[in-house]
Amino acid sequence: MLTSHHDAGSNYLNAKKGFMSWLFTVDHKRIGIMYFVSIGVFFLVAGLFALLLRAELMQVRIPDATATSYMISADHYNEAFTFHGAIMVFLVIIPSIPATLGNFLLPLMIGAKDVAFPKLNLISYHLYIVGALFLVYTVAFGGLDTGWTFYTPYSTQTSTSVIAAVFGAFILGFASILTGVNFIVTVHKMRAPGMTWVRMPLFVWAIYATSVIQVLATPVVGVTLILVAIERLLGIGIFDSTLGGDPILFQNFFWFYSHPAVYIMILPAFGLVSEMITAHSRKSIFGYKAVAISSIGIAVIGFFVWGHHMFTSGQSALASVFFSLLTYGVAVPTAIKVFSWVATLYKGSISFTTPMCYTFVFLFLFLIGGLTGIFLGALSTDVHLHNTYFVVAHFHYVMMGGTIIAWIGAVFHWWPKMTGKKYSETWGIISSVVVFIGFNLTFFPQFVMGTRGMPRRYYDYLPEYYNFHLLSSIGSFVLAIGLFIVLFTWLHSIFYGEKETRSNPWRAKSIDWTDTAVVPIEHNFEKQPISSHGPYEFDELVKPAKAGEH
Amino acid sequence: MSATAMPESTSWQGSFWLPQNASPLTGGQDALFYFIYYLSVFFFIVVVGFMVYFAWKYRKKKEGEKTPDIHGNTKLEIIWSVIPGILFIVIFIWGFRDWVSLNQPPQDAMEVRVTGRKWDWSFLDVKTGAETSDLFVPVNKAVLLTMSSADVIHGFYVPDFRINRDVLPTMYTKLWFKAEKEGNYPILCTQYCGTKHSQMVRYVRVVSEEEYQKQMIAAQGAGLTPAQLGKKIFEGKGACASCHSVTKERTRLVGPPLYGAYGTDHKILIPPSNKEETIKFDDNYIRKSILEPNYRGVPGYALIMPSYQGQLNDKELSALAEYIKSLKE
Repeated sequence: MLTSHHDAGSNYLNAKKGFMSWLFTVDHKRIGIMYFVSIGVFFLVAGLFALLLRAELMQVRIPDATATSYMISADHYNEAFTFHGAIMVFLVIIPSIPATLGNFLLPLMIGAKDVAFPKLNLISYHLYIVGALFLVYTVAFGGLDTGWTFYTPYSTQTSTSVIAAVFGAFILGFASILTGVNFIVTVHKMRAPGMTWVRMPLFVWAIYATSVIQVLATPVVGVTLILVAIERLLGIGIFDSTLGGDPILFQNFFWFYSHPAVYIMILPAFGLVSEMITAHSRKSIFGYKAVAISSIGIAVIGFFVWGHHMFTSGQSALASVFFSLLTYGVAVPTAIKVFSWVATLYKGSISFTTPMCYTFVFLFLFLIGGLTGIFLGALSTDVHLHNTYFVVAHFHYVMMGGTIIAWIGAVFHWWPKMTGKKYSETWGIISSVVVFIGFNLTFFPQFVMGTRGMPRRYYDYLPEYYNFHLLSSIGSFVLAIGLFIVLFTWLHSIFYGEKETRSNPWRAKSIDWTDTAVVPIEHNFEKQPISSHGPYEFDELVKPAKAGEH
Repeated sequence: MSATAMPESTSWQGSFWLPQNASPLTGGQDALFYFIYYLSVFFFIVVVGFMVYFAWKYRKKKEGEKTPDIHGNTKLEIIWSVIPGILFIVIFIWGFRDWVSLNQPPQDAMEVRVTGRKWDWSFLDVKTGAETSDLFVPVNKAVLLTMSSADVIHGFYVPDFRINRDVLPTMYTKLWFKAEKEGNYPILCTQYCGTKHSQMVRYVRVVSEEEYQKQMIAAQGAGLTPAQLGKKIFEGKGACASCHSVTKERTRLVGPPLYGAYGTDHKILIPPSNKEETIKFDDNYIRKSILEPNYRGVPGYALIMPSYQGQLNDKELSALAEYIKSLKE
């Protein structure tokens, strides 16, 4: 397969040099790294907005507020939570795992030398940057105060720059669709000889299911956002009822995408957890087929549950009944996955490495996120909890405690492959503990506030919620410290870290570890890998890899 | 009644998780809440318990340990799919039964029309025609709310009654409750609606039948001068006070202050070119600004005031003009 000759020390990082060699690369690994850096920057920005919100909420408000007791104005607060939400959803969590680790790992895991359409892959990245610049423009110049959900008619009436923002989200949608198409074709056409569907690592299954959702759901939100822009620009009544439109129609369109988008966010995390939990407990996944099929099941049923965001919206009471029932249809495959991960640990040989610690953190937090979803899926309990901090806490447990935690853990897991450097296990584990404590301190009090009736998106609040807000704000600072420890551990490893010499330090069994160099070469493999066994067959005794061994 | 919504300090009445339930018949959600809660605690302990136990028991003792080749267990997998499946169906049906009662107001309910606007509520008692800013209802009486919004979507939420529903422009949504205990219960807006979303706090004031009658008579506005009626609309139904200050200090809120404005020369901007013009701040200007607020801009303020076209009658518009006229030394 290989046509170019290369030096023994050549790998994808050093084969070409210079800024342009990165910006216009078609190497899926480099594109993954560029996404990782870009997304990391936006994560930092969105996180700082979150800290601003939490700092504001630390001061008790009505009825004792005076003009000077406000740190920022109500309008700035509304913009801050909009930016936090919009950046986190559109620029960070949706692309987080598929665009970074999905890009980096998918070809490596199936034994291909790149994705099916490398240039399309580069275009996706460039579109991501263009879309992001529109959102950066709204943050810096226009302002945006609609919440990330852009609910009409508020979004067609506000004087902030909704059009730039929805245009940005529209372009980002294309980045997402093109990546999805690329990955679907890659999985269908590029698998190595012997790599049958049931020999694919579970991360590949998860990314595949995710890509299907991206391709099917994203166009709907793109069109919807364009309709909002048309309504604003031309005054045509689509959603604004004073012009003859229907505001609930917007919510239907919006959630038709944004609910499946939740699975775009969480399914890849499920895949990563399956990889990490098997590698670090040296066990085959418990129930491979159930875990793989449940990804597809979640992706399919996930298209029919959007109405559970609208039980109190005024939609038909009968429609709500069906949406509630179908919602529990998604809950079952999710429960199966959690049980399977825990069962995988049984009789394993479990190493307490950083990725494994993050996997435990994931299981703990995602379990709480999932269980609290049951309260929201039931028709009557949702009425009391809808649009309260209970919902805020629930989706942070799932999105942050699930997706972001799995992502961070997985970056540690593939760090040697991506950078060729070792990181400090001590600091990695410390970071996981600090993040765990900070996360729970931030978001657990929000469950209590929510059940007690504290609505979300509130700049001011009744004094009885003060203690919970205070705890939550303190927690957010602890969480921020934990995440900075992660950042410093990575930066330290890049600049001062010891060189990794083993090509398979975790002694994993999937192709991305077994058939690549310490750091993969430009075309991934010296010779075409052949898949002769499943990705998690740890049962045979594996000799520890020797230093310098490929 | 104060000019803008003014929350009161209250001491917490309720359990650790839930506020007091003053309208237990509406949905009766609390029983289901605790059912899911104890189920969740149980499954959380089981799953985390196994995780911690396995993690400790099967921690790596030496390099290159051999692990058994376990690929699954069909019986176990069926059990842990079916049991949650059954529990979910139970929860669904239970939620459905509460949902039916939430959506079926009793026949004998008294009716109140609710209007939400940026950023206040107003209540029209259907039988007496009285309009109030807080919702006064007699104790032990079922109340049916028919709600609509004058501008964007709001959410009508009373945590102590476990009721919550969006309030939409040009459409009606309904809610009902039957408060069994006298007291003041906060009404919170749950659908984000802009600058003062969090300050749309009013109260359901559950009072005795006599007190309710007294409040309704007072609210009917018999014997008010036009300026007094204007003040009432300004602070209540119109929610003007949430954006315009009327005090001598001319405090800047969302919109321009109105104290001493009447009779002065006033600078306005005419869109789309934003040409500056000077206009007399008189009765005609007030009327036009209320009905078509965006025909002009005021320098330094955003064009966000909603139109009151069709919501205030001639008598009310005149009363508002009289009130604004009276705002001077």
